Amino acid sequence: MEHETLEQRLHEQGISRRSFLKFCAAMATMMALPPGSASAIAATLAKVKRPSVIWLSFQECTGCTESLTRSHSPTLESMIFDMVSLDYHHTLQAASGHAAEQARDDAMKEFHGKYLLLVDGSIPIKDGGVYSTIAGRTNLDMLLEAAEGAAAIVAVGSCAAFGGLPNAQPNPTGAVAVSDLIKDKPIINISGCPPIPAVITGVLAHYLTFGALPALDALGRPKAFYGETIHDRCYRRPMYEQGKFARTFDDEGARNGWCLYELGCKGPTTHNACATTKWNGGTSFPIESGHGCIGCSEPKFWDAGSFYAPLPAPTADIASVAKTAAVVGAAAAVIAGAVDRGKKTQLQQSLVKLTVEDLKGD
Amino acid sequence: MTTSLQNGINTLLAQIDAPTASFFSSCVHCGLCADACLFYTETGDPKYTPIHKLEPMRRLWQQEYTFWGKLMKGIGLSKPVTDEELAEWEPLVYDSCTLCGRCSLVCPVGNDIVYMVRKMREGMVASGHAPEGLKGATQRAIELGSPMGVNLNTLKAQIKHAEKETGLTVPLDVEGADYMMVLSSAEVADYPEIIGAVTRIFKQANVSWTLASDGFEGTNSGIQIGSSDLAAELVGRIVRAAKRLKVKYVISPECGHAFTALRWEGPNLIGRPFPFKVIHIIELLDQLRSEGRLKTDSKDDTRMTFHDPCQMVRRGGVIEQPRKLMNMVAPNFVEMPEPGVQNWCCGGGGGVSANHRAEPLRNQVFSRKKAQLDAVNVKTIVTSCSNCRSMLLDGLENHHMDIEVIGLTELMAEHLAEDKKGSAA
Amino acid sequence: MVTQEILLWVRGTGLQIAVAVFVIGMVFRMLHIRMLGRKKSLAQARGSEWSGGLRTIWKRSLVSTRLSARGYFTVIAGFIFHIGFFVTLLFLSQHIDLIRAVLGLHWPAMPRGVIDMAAVLSIAAMVALLVHRFVDPVKRLLSDFQDYLTWLLSFLPLLSGFMLLREIGFEYITLLTLHIASVELLLIVAPFTKLAHMFTTFMARWYNGAVNGFKGINI
Repeated sequence: MEHETLEQRLHEQGISRRSFLKFCAAMATMMALPPGSASAIAATLAKVKRPSVIWLSFQECTGCTESLTRSHSPTLESMIFDMVSLDYHHTLQAASGHAAEQARDDAMKEFHGKYLLLVDGSIPIKDGGVYSTIAGRTNLDMLLEAAEGAAAIVAVGSCAAFGGLPNAQPNPTGAVAVSDLIKDKPIINISGCPPIPAVITGVLAHYLTFGALPALDALGRPKAFYGETIHDRCYRRPMYEQGKFARTFDDEGARNGWCLYELGCKGPTTHNACATTKWNGGTSFPIESGHGCIGCSEPKFWDAGSFYAPLPAPTADIASVAKTAAVVGAAAAVIAGAVDRGKKTQLQQSLVKLTVEDLKGD
Repeated sequence: MTTSLQNGINTLLAQIDAPTASFFSSCVHCGLCADACLFYTETGDPKYTPIHKLEPMRRLWQQEYTFWGKLMKGIGLSKPVTDEELAEWEPLVYDSCTLCGRCSLVCPVGNDIVYMVRKMREGMVASGHAPEGLKGATQRAIELGSPMGVNLNTLKAQIKHAEKETGLTVPLDVEGADYMMVLSSAEVADYPEIIGAVTRIFKQANVSWTLASDGFEGTNSGIQIGSSDLAAELVGRIVRAAKRLKVKYVISPECGHAFTALRWEGPNLIGRPFPFKVIHIIELLDQLRSEGRLKTDSKDDTRMTFHDPCQMVRRGGVIEQPRKLMNMVAPNFVEMPEPGVQNWCCGGGGGVSANHRAEPLRNQVFSRKKAQLDAVNVKTIVTSCSNCRSMLLDGLENHHMDIEVIGLTELMAEHLAEDKKGSAA
Repeated sequence: MVTQEILLWVRGTGLQIAVAVFVIGMVFRMLHIRMLGRKKSLAQARGSEWSGGLRTIWKRSLVSTRLSARGYFTVIAGFIFHIGFFVTLLFLSQHIDLIRAVLGLHWPAMPRGVIDMAAVLSIAAMVALLVHRFVDPVKRLLSDFQDYLTWLLSFLPLLSGFMLLREIGFEYITLLTLHIASVELLLIVAPFTKLAHMFTTFMARWYNGAVNGFKGINI
């Protein structure tokens, strides 16, 4: 059951070569590849066999899938389904029940060592992983099984990449990221809540074209998309440099498009391509609509204090700590002071009066 | 013998108080105090940096009265203060500090360095590390009644001399007088004109006063050597005499340290408030001037300047009074650069004048005073401290400068208006 | 731990620890000093301790004595450092955000140009003071390990802060983390070193001025 090539597939779908080349050019641009590489991508992609993909959804909200499928059509994003043979996806597959599970088992067996495993959602591991099960099996169990024969794993969304919302304090289900469990497979994290659809496509295109994962940052994210911060590429950056900050969401500054730093924008510490790729077919991104970046593509973003607290604000209660510390310090000083005072008084009493005899020489 | 390293250390630890701790805590080692100290400015030797003179005491404070220091001492990581170290510090604490207090004025974090040097000397003398010269002076003060060996007979001879010269009676042991005048031994021995001068001024101003045969010596070597025990004994003599004569005021002589000893340290040395008030002779003269009781009828055209004794200005607050008096009689009175609270020390205060070992250094650092004097080109220096007067004379001679030095009280007496009404004293 | 988590830690638990150590240490230090006590003078007062104390707290911020060249250098460089330090500390908008978050107080920020200049001058003054500490015989004699340690601990927040504003050398997040961490280090060490002078200098000035105030000396 060999899969057909992408070119054949596109042809069947009625997508023109022109559209395909446009897609390749866009991919090349996004990944900052040299201009000439678009045709190379096209040539390679056209001939490559569509790989089998198994998509596992764990503790998630389906936002990642929504993000991908609600994108405008026919667009780059829709091509992902043309580039790969999606053999198992809870939400999208037609099959259900035993038939669905069977499809996964078949794909895993047939393409063992070659299929791509896409995961969205975090994996709860507390209490044996009972907090999320599919077909009576825990997510943990299913992931370990599917990962075993995967060529590579793509963790889609911040939950799969870093634990995301389920991992936020106090993390009742013991939710963890894919990379916390799987150590022996190449893992690529496409973080974001949700991630930018074009980034998923881009990574797949890269994988198919070059047969390897793209260059990754320290957090396993493709550098091409996560190499810069929102702040680095933000069109409001000049306002930041000039110290022009909006103080409320409806003040003069906000209306004039000033920097949202003081309203809690996490752009400076957030790596993602929102400011350049944008959302909804390149319409805009949160800052452009007047809301600061919430840092969704970074680990622990739910625990980084209020989305509306500026970056310099502490993420913990400092005033109470200071008050308690003042009391502790005062009490300690009173005790230490009393001890010193006692010592001093004792010394003063023990001193023998100096007399003129003491001056009279040795 | 009670002097020992341990006794010195214990004394120092007993001396360390909240101000001392706040000073040591605040020092940032900026070295500005060096600029305020004539022993540094005139020698350029960094060891004369005022705060450095307190290093052993600082370490004791750190080791015994700070959290971190105690911890370090506990694990044996701190350097203990040794007898050798105190011996090494003796010249720094005594020979190169006149307790002038200029460093306390310049410190940006506000450290009263001289306040601590005073305390440091308590520990030094208790550990047996005081200069021989000062030891001898203190011993003479305790045993003979004066560091210079002046006794009642000397005083009586000077009184007789003054009475002959002025034709007035110098009151001695007059019970119930308002004021009891105290002198410094330098005045009795070297500048006895002061006795005649105050007699004439008080006669004109109709001041009820007396000298006391058992409390005429105002200098206090105990304070200079740094022994509160001995200083208390010396000040106690004056207190006893004042009580015996039931006076309302004790007049501090033209002597800086006598003023400090009587006015500010005295009650604390004996442990109770004085039953009388202490006033400096210059304060009294200015008060008489403002009341119209001190009248002059001539002026001296000589170009003269006024040397502020450290203990009178920076440490004593008698700043404007001598100037008002000078302006009465000296139309050509000029101020030296940095007058008043910023004035530079004569170089011999704080017991340095009694410390023979310090003499070459003292002569060297007189260059600072010389520079100040060179800037004004005067014929006469007026001052209000007999020790400053001696040190100035000494320094001028060593630097071959031909300038006269006189006391302010004498200057005023010289121009005293002839009493035409002939008031009854 | 990843950078984000380190940043979270320094913004949360790390800051709590640093503030706790700083406050405990400083309150302890000040009160401990105060507890050593001081004898009340039995001499007759000629003025007020309080007026003298308060006057000296203010007046020691100015220079009233003629100094030598090395003295003026120290004073001027010291002034530039302290003013630059406090201008950046109190008037950079990001710092005001922090103060507002903790204390609820806020005031207008200074323009970035002013802040940049203050920071650069302050950094330059610190470097000059360090060099002077090496070459000036008085300072060299007085200096010990602590002087260099506290110099470094005061220098790092300034330097990292300036680099952060200009995003020099590292990523924003790295610089922000380093900046906050350097401040926390400063807070932790301050109460136990000469950096305590940030508070104890007011006690020292008060005590010094109180003696003069008591004597009625107007200096």
